[in-house]
Amino acid sequence: MLYYKTRKNDQVINLQAQAAFEVPLENNLLPAVNGAVIGVALNDKTLYQSLEKQFNEKPHVSPPKTPVLHIKTDNTHIGYGDTIQIPSNLGSVFAGPSLGIVIGKKACRVTEESALDYVQGYTIVNEVSLAETSFYRPAVKAKCRDTFCPIGPWVVDATDVETPQNLTIKTYINDTLCHETSTNQMIHSIEQVIAYISSFITLDVGDMIIAGTPLRTESLEIKANDVVMVEIEKIGRLVNPVAAE
Amino acid sequence: MKRAKILLNEEAVNVTINAANQVVTEQGTIIEEGTFTWLPPCEGKAFVLAINYADHAAELSFKAPDEPLVFLKSSNTLIGHDQKTYQPDNIDYMHYECELVVVIGKEAKNISLENAMEYVGGYTVGNDYAIRDYLENYYRPNLRVKSRDTCTPIGPYIIDANEVPDPHNLTIRTYINGELKQQGSTKDLIFNVPYLVSYLSSIMTLTPGDMIFTGTPEGLAHVYPGDEVITEVEGVGILKNTIISETDYLSSL
Repeated sequence: MLYYKTRKNDQVINLQAQAAFEVPLENNLLPAVNGAVIGVALNDKTLYQSLEKQFNEKPHVSPPKTPVLHIKTDNTHIGYGDTIQIPSNLGSVFAGPSLGIVIGKKACRVTEESALDYVQGYTIVNEVSLAETSFYRPAVKAKCRDTFCPIGPWVVDATDVETPQNLTIKTYINDTLCHETSTNQMIHSIEQVIAYISSFITLDVGDMIIAGTPLRTESLEIKANDVVMVEIEKIGRLVNPVAAE
Repeated sequence: MKRAKILLNEEAVNVTINAANQVVTEQGTIIEEGTFTWLPPCEGKAFVLAINYADHAAELSFKAPDEPLVFLKSSNTLIGHDQKTYQPDNIDYMHYECELVVVIGKEAKNISLENAMEYVGGYTVGNDYAIRDYLENYYRPNLRVKSRDTCTPIGPYIIDANEVPDPHNLTIRTYINGELKQQGSTKDLIFNVPYLVSYLSSIMTLTPGDMIFTGTPEGLAHVYPGDEVITEVEGVGILKNTIISETDYLSSL
């Protein structure tokens, strides 16, 4: 089952479909979720390894003891087909392909063993960011610009995704495959991330966790007039054009 | 005008506070204290300034920043006036932070310094509790320090901006069990209200209800379960909160 959202006469309409072809993608969809969005940074093995040496130096001094979290504010959320607007004077902008874990029932202090019971399903996130030059201070300027978080096109019911920890994620820019990774590259698993966050943040129905984005190399750089597509096995494709702000 | 939200018979209700400090519904009914629960008076993005008072920067042995040091809170952490904040077990240092909170009144994007005050809808009081044991040097201060359930009392109400003629000359005070522990003035803000509105609106669109916690002056101290913590911003409001243990919190869930 797929769950998606559209707008009609200023009202948000929640819809369901049995199959992808039933969803009218030509009408731009709303972001597939409307709750709080929390991202897990440094949750990719290659990214982590690339920074491991720095983690023992100032200002970090020691490697992270707990998953590193950040917030993608509402103004960043856009739906399938909406335009990512990028500033012209702040350096490179990068796509951030990730699995989105959507909460299906209120999760407060849940165990790793029961964590998947709280998942409604999965979606696709493009966690767009300016270059991540530092992980020392919160990345509000790099990550919270308007339109910097496409989410969608839909949420796929968890029962239809048998191996969420082993899904191929491909990023295409202008129809050229430019990056490939997998949810098996996460350092903290889906269950660990839900258990950790819910140990101090009560997650509500519709809240979403951005599972982890890869090292942002040149291959993920997006520019005005590009079309960026993130494809996750068993979930679908999230397509967004890019324009100058 | 002072506007608030309360939970009355399990329903969120918009109310105003009259000159006699009574809570009045939109229909004009006065609601007796003790029959309702105060909710956070606004909903939106919650920005917080770290190290935005020179004295506090010195207290933390930081030099004052060159540009605003902003972090975000998630909405789970906000609670209203006269509620309870839990202290996790086995921690050594949890402190209050009394703050003037700016509430955005209309949509703001790329606003100049000169026009910034037109986008301020009102003000309220925030208590930005921190648990310093959990600090790490990644996205510091992290969500575990600052976005915990129950850890950010805000309210009791929003006072309209036009009733606070000079937001940069307000005394800030925190009392623990009646004893004055923290005192400062918003005249010592490193980045003032229009600067913050203009700065944030240059990064993203601000919308009505968004909150800017403007930072706290020096005078921090550890709190203990059972403490009554009152944070006050002169001319804006008095926000009360009580610290409870994790055990008491868990049994209340």
